[in-house]
Amino acid sequence: MMSRRRAIAVASPVPFVSASASAAWELNMTPGVTEVSQSVYSLHMTIFWICVIIGIVVFGVMFWSIFNHRKSKGAKPAQFHESTTVEIIWTVIPFLILIGMAIPATGTLVKMYDASEADMDIKITGYQWKWRYEYLNQDVNFFSNLATSQDQIYNRDDKGEHYLLEVDEPLVLPINQKIRFLVTSADVIHSWWVPSLAVKRDAIPGYVREAWTVIKEPGIYRGQCAELCGKDHGFMPVVVKAVPQEEYQEWLLAKQELARQEYELKNKQWTMEELVARGEKSYASNCAVCHQANGAGLPPTFPALAGSGIVKGPVEKHAEVVLHGVSGTAMQAFGAQLSEVDIAAIVTYERNAWGNKMGDMITPQQVAELKNK
Amino acid sequence: MSAVLGADAHHHHGPAKGFKRWLFTTNHKDIGTMYLWFSFAMFLIGGTMALVIRAELFEPGMQIVHPEFFNQMTTMHGLIMVFGAVMPAFVGLANWLIPMMVGAPDMALPRMNNWSFWILPFAFAMLLSTLLMEGGGPNFGWTFYAPLSTTYAPASVNYFIFAVHMMGISSIMGAINVIATILNMRAPGMTLMKMPLFVWTWLITAFLLIAVMPVLAGAVTMMLMDINFGTSFFKAEGGGDPVLFQHVFWFFGHPEVYIMILPAFGVASQIIPTFSRKPLFGYPSMVYATASIAILSFVVWAHHMFTVGIPLAGELFFMYATMLIAVPTGVKVFNWVSTMFRGSLTFETPMLFAVAFVILFTIGGFSGLMLAIAPADFQYHDTYFVVAHFHYVLVPGAIFSIFAATYYWLPKWCGNMYDETLGKVHFWMSFIGLNMTFFPMHFVGLAGMPRRIPDYALQFADFNQISSVGAFVFGTTQLLFLFIVIKCIRGGKKATAQVWEGADGLEWTLPSPAPYHSFSEPPTVK
Repeated sequence: MMSRRRAIAVASPVPFVSASASAAWELNMTPGVTEVSQSVYSLHMTIFWICVIIGIVVFGVMFWSIFNHRKSKGAKPAQFHESTTVEIIWTVIPFLILIGMAIPATGTLVKMYDASEADMDIKITGYQWKWRYEYLNQDVNFFSNLATSQDQIYNRDDKGEHYLLEVDEPLVLPINQKIRFLVTSADVIHSWWVPSLAVKRDAIPGYVREAWTVIKEPGIYRGQCAELCGKDHGFMPVVVKAVPQEEYQEWLLAKQELARQEYELKNKQWTMEELVARGEKSYASNCAVCHQANGAGLPPTFPALAGSGIVKGPVEKHAEVVLHGVSGTAMQAFGAQLSEVDIAAIVTYERNAWGNKMGDMITPQQVAELKNK
Repeated sequence: MSAVLGADAHHHHGPAKGFKRWLFTTNHKDIGTMYLWFSFAMFLIGGTMALVIRAELFEPGMQIVHPEFFNQMTTMHGLIMVFGAVMPAFVGLANWLIPMMVGAPDMALPRMNNWSFWILPFAFAMLLSTLLMEGGGPNFGWTFYAPLSTTYAPASVNYFIFAVHMMGISSIMGAINVIATILNMRAPGMTLMKMPLFVWTWLITAFLLIAVMPVLAGAVTMMLMDINFGTSFFKAEGGGDPVLFQHVFWFFGHPEVYIMILPAFGVASQIIPTFSRKPLFGYPSMVYATASIAILSFVVWAHHMFTVGIPLAGELFFMYATMLIAVPTGVKVFNWVSTMFRGSLTFETPMLFAVAFVILFTIGGFSGLMLAIAPADFQYHDTYFVVAHFHYVLVPGAIFSIFAATYYWLPKWCGNMYDETLGKVHFWMSFIGLNMTFFPMHFVGLAGMPRRIPDYALQFADFNQISSVGAFVFGTTQLLFLFIVIKCIRGGKKATAQVWEGADGLEWTLPSPAPYHSFSEPPTVK
């Protein structure tokens, strides 16, 4: 699965990193691939050059004085200390420059705020520390987690080209369509940011904020969470994969089919081995950032699961903690995030990993019952 | 300090001996000295935290700390530098200088003065102790946005809240004292429009403090209620609004920014004329510009929140108001440059720091103007571009002006000249270190590196490495500053009363070191 996605990334029409592109990327803002991002870029460059010119004039006068009006060169101080005329001049001129700057800025801002008449809606939810994308009215919804391994982060392995900017499942979007983002959060404030789209919108729990984009070119666009959101704030990237309309439709159909299959799995009779195998994978992508791959946790905030009283206690209680979370702690309610199959798999895995050896399991059907209780 | 002690030991109203002198003192100079030493200690602690941050960011990957601890370092670095280093340093300067500059014997409210200082060590001991508590210290950034700082905060957050309350009480009392002194204790003939600009900027700063510190107290009290007493000011699930926190915080926070920079304007306006041997250009416009900046600072707070989704009309209002601040700030810079123009310049250490202040603060002002452009701010917001911006206004702004002030008035305080060569070395090392640290941050920020991350993508590696080296140059250089100050206190060439050839003002009419009580008889100002 993973390798296939990498292959797509490499074969995409716009290779993300080429030598010249990466050099430009490192010094300045990207012009991006939308009309809005390009007007933002031109605003940025305009105000930058205005500042450079003002700087040359002001510092020019200053350095002229520093070099020529030194006491060591015999400069005698003049005694002037007031001139209403120049004071008025250097109040009015900056004011006029600012008005000149405010006009195009206002135009761009008005455009950025016009999210009306969108072709499609994506709901983006920030979680500690991942993004969830819901294609509204399309029955497609998934989480997007950091794909960089802990081994790379902790220097036990070589760092890949897209270190910290790669995810297990990117947000796939069609080009030349007006896409409206509805941004919210499930816990703390996050901020969804993709520089190439010039979209940055805070994800605020309890509120839905809008943003929009029309992507002009296919490609992979990478960004990160921009608002401090706790321990792994630096580890929740955003990856957008923009594709032509037909490719998007194919992808959407495949995703919908996959969703149907997932749904069917709920009614399947699972064996313990199957659940443990699936649980290991789900645990790695959903639980390991806090409770760690070896179940040792990061006490006191993130308790150990190896030998934990809850994991070694009654299975229903254990499953309820995963479903509903623990209020007042960092433990989230995963009932709304994961399927019954995944919760059953994770619980079963936790009870039989790291020497916990409980030897029991819980089925997706039992999880569903607990959930509806 | 020993010099001060020696000169005054036989004075009728001389200080008490030993420890009690410092604990019970009501003397503006003793209290000013304690404020300055305290702020320098905090500067070193906060600076050490910055070095932990820069060491971790030296290369990609997690090397020396874990992300949880990294977040505690960024949070505590910000809190300590803002509330522990910069603000107390300016209060210390105010204590030392305002009575001498307005021709008063002491501050108007000396006992309150003692209390407002002695709150601080306890407040910061409490704040720092959270690092040793279970669950760690504050880890939600110095801006402590809810609900990360409430529902999701470590248990130590209550200590943080009380520490902030104590700092607020201290600041408000300090501000009341400054206002009372300036308005009531000026020497005969010193009208408001004859006051030195340092006094003017502090008068305006003091009003800002009184206006906004209670707002900060309100914000942390609401947090306390949300955390412990089941209210929902900032909890969406209870009908509250997390964004309300940001509005309240920045209503405090933006004037707070000017609280840290207006006294710096005052310092520069004292030093530049002295070493240009020419009166300050446009004194009245400097006063009006300072007042305009202060008033505007109350109506620009939401420019820190351009990405939260405030309505278009609000966004436009805050963008225009913020851009407007460039006008009075520009006036100040033009005035300083005009003061230097056709002067007779020399470049002793205070002047070097003051000139660097004008240049680098202006660069910080330029990036501030860029950040004011709301559409562009969608790209800049919460990136290293912002980190570069506010460090350019705070380090060469506030901190350089504090260095400049120390070199400028130290001979007056202790009666000895500092070592000019070492002072210049301190300046150039600081200047190089600071630009190496913060200039590359503009690049990584524009290239897309978010702030407050413990690890970063590979394309940011080179500039981060330069920043980290610069930070260690800047940080270790400050030990040299400590050495220079101690050396100067212990001895050196005797300072004259006027100290500097071009110096003008009442403080320079007093002998060096200044007597324990400044003006027992009010001087007359023509």
